Amino acid sequence: MVGKKTRMHQSFATQSLADKLFDIVNYGLLGAIVICILYPLFFIIIASFSDPVAINNGQVTFWPVGFNTLGYQKIFENTKIWRSYSNTIFYTAVGTVINIILTMMLAYPLSRKEFFARKGLTLFVMFTMYFQGGMIPTYLWMNQLHLYNTPWVMVLLPAVNVFNLIIAINFIRNNIPEELYEAASIDGCSHFRFFTTMVLPLSKTIVVVLILYYGVAHWNEFMNGIIYLRDEGFYPLQLTLRNILLQNQASRP
Amino acid sequence: MGKTMGAKVRRALARDWQLLLLAAVPVLYFVIFHYVPMYGVQIAFKDFKAADGIWKSAWCGFKHFKRFFASSQFGPLIKNTLGLSLLQILLGFPVPVLLAIMLNQVKNKRFRKFAQSIVYCPHFISIVVLTGMLYIFLSPRNGIINHVIQAFGGEPVFFLGDAKYFKLTFVISGIWQNAGWSAIIYIAALAGISPDLYEAAQVDGANKWQRIRHIDLPGILPTVVMMLILEMGKVMNLGFQKAYLMQNAQNLAASEIISTYIYKVGMIDAQYSYSAAINLFNNLINIILLVTVNQVAKKAANESLW
Repeated sequence: MVGKKTRMHQSFATQSLADKLFDIVNYGLLGAIVICILYPLFFIIIASFSDPVAINNGQVTFWPVGFNTLGYQKIFENTKIWRSYSNTIFYTAVGTVINIILTMMLAYPLSRKEFFARKGLTLFVMFTMYFQGGMIPTYLWMNQLHLYNTPWVMVLLPAVNVFNLIIAINFIRNNIPEELYEAASIDGCSHFRFFTTMVLPLSKTIVVVLILYYGVAHWNEFMNGIIYLRDEGFYPLQLTLRNILLQNQASRP
Repeated sequence: MGKTMGAKVRRALARDWQLLLLAAVPVLYFVIFHYVPMYGVQIAFKDFKAADGIWKSAWCGFKHFKRFFASSQFGPLIKNTLGLSLLQILLGFPVPVLLAIMLNQVKNKRFRKFAQSIVYCPHFISIVVLTGMLYIFLSPRNGIINHVIQAFGGEPVFFLGDAKYFKLTFVISGIWQNAGWSAIIYIAALAGISPDLYEAAQVDGANKWQRIRHIDLPGILPTVVMMLILEMGKVMNLGFQKAYLMQNAQNLAASEIISTYIYKVGMIDAQYSYSAAINLFNNLINIILLVTVNQVAKKAANESLW
């Protein structure tokens, strides 16, 4: 396979004219795309260290102009940012732990072909991907459960993501052979024990991927914050950032 | 018969009770956080009164639906939502496919890895930060884009404060943020194509362009069709967050879509039943769309593939 791959690619010099042209255009376009993506990110960094007047005049292009750290000092002085920063760290840490535990606990049974409730439960879970109660019924129900305006709504409401669950099920099915459990069960291994001593250690790769997906989702969460939180003390970082941006727009049209 | 069924269930339970127990807590989560709100959808057919709660409020039939269909908002909302979604599919859908094919043609492993990790980056930026960046880069007075426009002798454009430009700004910034991430699935599909095919094509003298057309494209077509079905099924379900965050008084004529309207009517005006009715209507349209597109694609793809 590796041999074939390397044989597949000829060296540039021996390629036909059409292939050479293709390569030049392809590399050129990809290079341009990379710059289009990198430059805005780079600009944000240099602008954060630059004099606002220089930015407004369009003098900042490739290097900070009028180097200063005033922006960062302002952030450090803003207690709201610190408060919401620690909230977000809490939501991300606790939320992701809950995500991983619940997702793996459901992914394992749903990956066992012989499990009698597998089809029914899979359908039950998948259905929520296509039909939801919607914003208001969920909001009223969170109110009734006394979860409204508490940190818990932020970590419990998104506890299992069906898309991530499917990824986990497929991983377990493809990477942990059926026979492994059969062999273990002959030696008297229960599903509990098999799950904790075999499935979880063998699923490290997918757990890392899930931590990344869930973690980023919690870190960037905005919508649940504006719907379910009233007290600024519970606000996640994104909500506070949004409010700061709004203030800036209002003061500087 | 009943006895054997009972015996079967008992045997299955005896064998699988641990699996069932493992699944119990997550399933309970789905019941509490997804299925109870589904049951709460009934407030769309009721006149919700806070004092009576969801279950005891009086029924009112299709009153809220009729009101929505008759309201002056109905037409523009559907038009904005559909227009934005379709533009997003039209411009945004092909980009990840092309990007995956381009990356797949790169021989230099280091450049390929570098380019791939760069194009993934923006996916991890939050939408709040992205809209903040848009305001910086697109500012009519000191944004870099308008500096470029002015350098070429054009008039500065207030992209975010003009309903005319809202759709394009929304879609292009979405491509910038998500094209790389969406390309992953096509890159995986391309990696699954047998190298033998390329070798045979090369022996037959096919150049790169021909190999892409006759090997790569047919190879990833099933994935492309599947993703397109999913996208088409979502046209009415356009995300709330980004539209809401990019919205302002000046571009409202183009940026008010169904999901942002549901939020405003429900959470800000507290017209719970009316908002739930719009939400339910939208949800049903979505399911009908998804099923229809899926059905059409089944037939069409069958015809075109064989």
